[in-house]
Amino acid sequence: MSGPNTDYDPVEVTPLHAEEVERTRDEALTAFTEAADLAALQEAKVTYLGDKSPIVLANREIGALPPQARKEAGQRIGAARKAINEGFTSRLAVLEAAHEEQLLATERVDVTLPWHTPQLGARHPLSLISEQVADVFTALGWDVAEGPEVEAEWLNFDALNFQPDHPARQMQDTFFVEPAGSGKVLRTHTSPVQARSMLTRKPPIYVICPGRVFRTDELDATHTPVFYQVEGLVVDEGITLAHLKGTLDHFVVSMFGEGLEARLRPNFFPFTEPSAEVDLLCFVCRGASVGNPDRPCRTCGSEGWIEWGGCGVVNPRVLQANGIDTDRYSGFAFGMGLERTLMFRNGVEDMRDMVEGDVRFSRQFGMEI
Amino acid sequence: MRVPLSWLREYADLPDGVTGREVAEQLIRAGLEVETVEESDLTGPLVVGKVLTYENEPQKNGKTIRWCSLDIGKDEPQWVVCGAHNFEVGDLVVVVLPGAVLPGGFAISARKTYGHVSNGMICSSAELGLGDDGMHGIVVLEAGEATPGDDAIELLALRDDVLDIAVTPDRGYCLSIRGVAREAATAYGVELKDPADLALDGSGSGGYPVRVEDSEACSVFVTRTVTGIDAKALSPRWMQKRLLASGMRPISIGVDVTNYVMLELGQPIHGYDKGQLSGEIVVRRANAGEKLVTLDDQTRELDTEDLLITDDSGAIGVAGVMGGASTEISDATTDVVIEAAHFDPIVIARASRRHKLSSEASRRFEREVDPLLPRYAAQRVADLLAEYAGGTILPDETVVDTHPAPAPVNLRADHAARVAGAPITLEETVRHLESVGCTVEAAAADATAAPLAAGVHAPVLAAVGTTTVGTANVQADDLLTVTPPSWRPDLRDPNDFAEEAIRLFGFDNVPSILPAAPGGQGLTVSQKRRRRVATALVGAGLTEVVSYPFTGEADFDAMGLPADDNRRTTVKLVNPLSDEEPSMQTMLLATLLRTAERNVGRGATDLAIFQTGLVFLPKAETKPAPLPSVAHRPSDAEIQSLYDALPDQPLHIGVVLTGSLTPTGWWGKGRPAGWADAVQIGRVIASAVGAEPVVKNVELAPWHPGRCAEFSVDGKVVGHAGELHPKVCQAFGLPVRSSAVELDLDALIAAGPESIAAHPFSSYPVAKEDVALIVAADVAAADVQAALAEGAGELLESVRLFDVYTGEQIGEGKKSLAFALRFRAPDRTLKENEVADARQAAVQVAVDRFNAVQRVG
Repeated sequence: MSGPNTDYDPVEVTPLHAEEVERTRDEALTAFTEAADLAALQEAKVTYLGDKSPIVLANREIGALPPQARKEAGQRIGAARKAINEGFTSRLAVLEAAHEEQLLATERVDVTLPWHTPQLGARHPLSLISEQVADVFTALGWDVAEGPEVEAEWLNFDALNFQPDHPARQMQDTFFVEPAGSGKVLRTHTSPVQARSMLTRKPPIYVICPGRVFRTDELDATHTPVFYQVEGLVVDEGITLAHLKGTLDHFVVSMFGEGLEARLRPNFFPFTEPSAEVDLLCFVCRGASVGNPDRPCRTCGSEGWIEWGGCGVVNPRVLQANGIDTDRYSGFAFGMGLERTLMFRNGVEDMRDMVEGDVRFSRQFGMEI
Repeated sequence: MRVPLSWLREYADLPDGVTGREVAEQLIRAGLEVETVEESDLTGPLVVGKVLTYENEPQKNGKTIRWCSLDIGKDEPQWVVCGAHNFEVGDLVVVVLPGAVLPGGFAISARKTYGHVSNGMICSSAELGLGDDGMHGIVVLEAGEATPGDDAIELLALRDDVLDIAVTPDRGYCLSIRGVAREAATAYGVELKDPADLALDGSGSGGYPVRVEDSEACSVFVTRTVTGIDAKALSPRWMQKRLLASGMRPISIGVDVTNYVMLELGQPIHGYDKGQLSGEIVVRRANAGEKLVTLDDQTRELDTEDLLITDDSGAIGVAGVMGGASTEISDATTDVVIEAAHFDPIVIARASRRHKLSSEASRRFEREVDPLLPRYAAQRVADLLAEYAGGTILPDETVVDTHPAPAPVNLRADHAARVAGAPITLEETVRHLESVGCTVEAAAADATAAPLAAGVHAPVLAAVGTTTVGTANVQADDLLTVTPPSWRPDLRDPNDFAEEAIRLFGFDNVPSILPAAPGGQGLTVSQKRRRRVATALVGAGLTEVVSYPFTGEADFDAMGLPADDNRRTTVKLVNPLSDEEPSMQTMLLATLLRTAERNVGRGATDLAIFQTGLVFLPKAETKPAPLPSVAHRPSDAEIQSLYDALPDQPLHIGVVLTGSLTPTGWWGKGRPAGWADAVQIGRVIASAVGAEPVVKNVELAPWHPGRCAEFSVDGKVVGHAGELHPKVCQAFGLPVRSSAVELDLDALIAAGPESIAAHPFSSYPVAKEDVALIVAADVAAADVQAALAEGAGELLESVRLFDVYTGEQIGEGKKSLAFALRFRAPDRTLKENEVADARQAAVQVAVDRFNAVQRVG
């Protein structure tokens, strides 16, 4: 190429023609749009934006134009290059997104497949219900008290107004510890923990005592020789039977919600005077089996009610034996079986399921009851 | 106590038409435990028939049936087939007609049999639900007892509901129709016709000679004599029926009458054949070596504490428990001496337990019988024997009575309201106490109440009002003097009387008030840590189970415990459920392995279970636990000796792992649970409570001798973990290489921190160094690691074992342990030479201590 063409006639330089520039631009944009994948787009880029591309070559020609024409051509070429660049970039974004999408699609897995790290295990529901009861009462400000299972006979019976030859002491089907006359038994109820609480604490006493107890029953659908109880004891000034009822009402609502109903009916326990039985409406038949031989209920023996536990105003003799000033304090106590509670609360139909240690029993509960 | 409703109605004027179930409902509210109500399923027609004719018709099967025509009060006779032969033309019998249902649900229809159409049948006692009356045939009514066509259901009171009541120990008086009738009458507000309200015709003296040597044990002894009875006479059908309904078998008139009166009044009666008595009746304690053949033909060795009824021949009965065979009433008896006595409940309870003999009599005496009853009960027996056995009642009567009158008790007039926290008015209190039979008076001016305070709910005080007792106006804080009735020896304390007033006031009417406890502190540290351990194990995939704590030699043998292992020294039970398992567990695994066995047997071969529970460790010296007085708090020393007498009972946690921890799956091969998992679970348990255990190899059953880790904290062994001995797996039917953990959870919890102080941590760069050391194969990795940590000094941030290698390159009997060490300073970037020095110092301690050789390259 010789020096600048001073006789430049813009009309004669075709690449700088407005029509030619627009055609080249449109051709480039079409090529980008038609590029099906990143490789095709890259090829088109070389063609329309590469060193040999018409728009780059045209750009070089600008310098050869007379000064008066350069500005106009420069603007035209610049606008076209910008449009081609933008066309490339936007197509690139589209194709890259499509490429990534396709790649991720090939990585799809079946998320329903199992994995090998251990599943969560399970608590035994007796533990869970015991903890739930404890939580209900700690929320009221009570303490959770505990004691040993091999217990002094005095704490299991005498301190609780079970006199040595009283028939009530025989009713309890006690396991005695060797040698005979050792004065030791497997506790027949959690009540010795109440005695221990009175011997070691000063009123006001508000304690809940969950624990395992023992009686010489044979295992069947409704009995087990080893079972769990929870007992509550309050010793304070001015405590009455009404306070007992209020506490049981709160307890029932906390454990069962609405619907099932409890009743108190007079009974006898050496530990309390007056004493009452706490019954709950049968959770299976809800009383429908009573007097209805066509619909017998195995769970409640068609009685309609299930014995839940016992309760009463602490016998002042018990307070005396445990060193509580009966001029000042009175108390109430209640106790119930946790297996039985679980039975009507969660529909467990057979006591044996609860005591045999079959993991399937615990697992159906997980960590909730 | 089984109570036929018809019998109850005789003494309590219950409203017409009330059913057994309704009565039961009322009695339950009054505090009687009515366990069941038996409702008769009998429906008629069931009528009285008169035998008009019968033909004996021998059958091919060897039987002879009778083809009978009966007058059942209709125009035409009723024709039926009957297999029995104990009736004649003209006899009155009970005929069930087609359409009826007999007890047990037997529907009757006209049916063809033995060549006839039998339109119903003639009934036996058993078929009517009356039990076997010993007649071996059908029921034949007395001539004139009824007319043909009469409703036999009504005539024989066949449809009778029976209430079965579990009588609580304080309500001995309810072991009688009299007592239950009293409760029923009170519940319905109707009149009680006291069956003991009898005309006494005894002279009060001159009866069979009796001497009571122990008047504390026997405070009342009454005898009456009835002569010339026909002992072979059957007791009347109504009496038999009631006895059967009450659960007793009719035997003979003499026996039946005594049982009947016992059920009716609650007073046990003993009848003697007067002809078999020799000389004076003496009530005394047994002499050493004395024996007695009781009514059940058992020879009983008597204890010197036993209270006996004796005559010149020796013992003729264990008082209040069971009579002797030699003087019992027989078919040949003509003259009867009736004994009605009052025995001390404890004396009877002990004798009954000693001889393992719980009789209808002892059950009642143990719960104490109304001491005023004996004369009336003896009269009732005599009356019935005179009426139904043709006897003659002698007016002569023996009455020994030293029983003290019931003691009056003083209590505040508002005591019941204060115990209940309910507005029981003074008027109600007095009325309820009177209705249970108490005598209520205003107390003398100088009377004091027993110092047994009751609670009170403030609004209650305003509501109790005043009342009039006798001529006195009684206010809330006045005292009442209440005398319990003779049949309520359980009423001794103010609260006993309060209970009577409250139960009749109605438990349903007592308000419900939640008491406000003072602020608590929630669970104890130990309780919280136990929950954390359980939660951590569940997070690790373990499932909690429960097991009974009973164990025995078979379990110890299966676990391979040596003969002298101290875990075989147990707390034993006098009366275990099974003679094979007389011991309380000394380790949880004794019972948890059985639970694992059961699960594996049920198909759960991949098992990861845990359990917490007490173990029972006898003390070196076993002392009996004392039985201090209950009149007051035991002394501190007495309380301490109560506690000291008990075995140690720490809380343990046990774990059993069997089969695979990770199953084989699409990810690849599964991983069996092994010794290392067990040890790791032990570490998880420890860290859940913040304890830092030291672990080392030991040999201990039931574990594999080379794969058992001992855990200790603060120098005290707290348990073990590892693979079970192959023989143990075999003995418990567990998969090979099952593993187990047992730790003293109490001890671990106690080793946890009180609180944790935070340490600052450095933000300067870390310097990492790896060290490989060759040591003898039996050197514990944990010890080498501890040596490195000790030598590296305070710049060491952490040390972790990342490889164990054994092989030819390092020689036999050796192993190479590779550790990753991280160093960091709190205040600067470490220089290369500082790190190198620390590393070398660490290695040097291992070299010095274990002859370790650094492995290079």
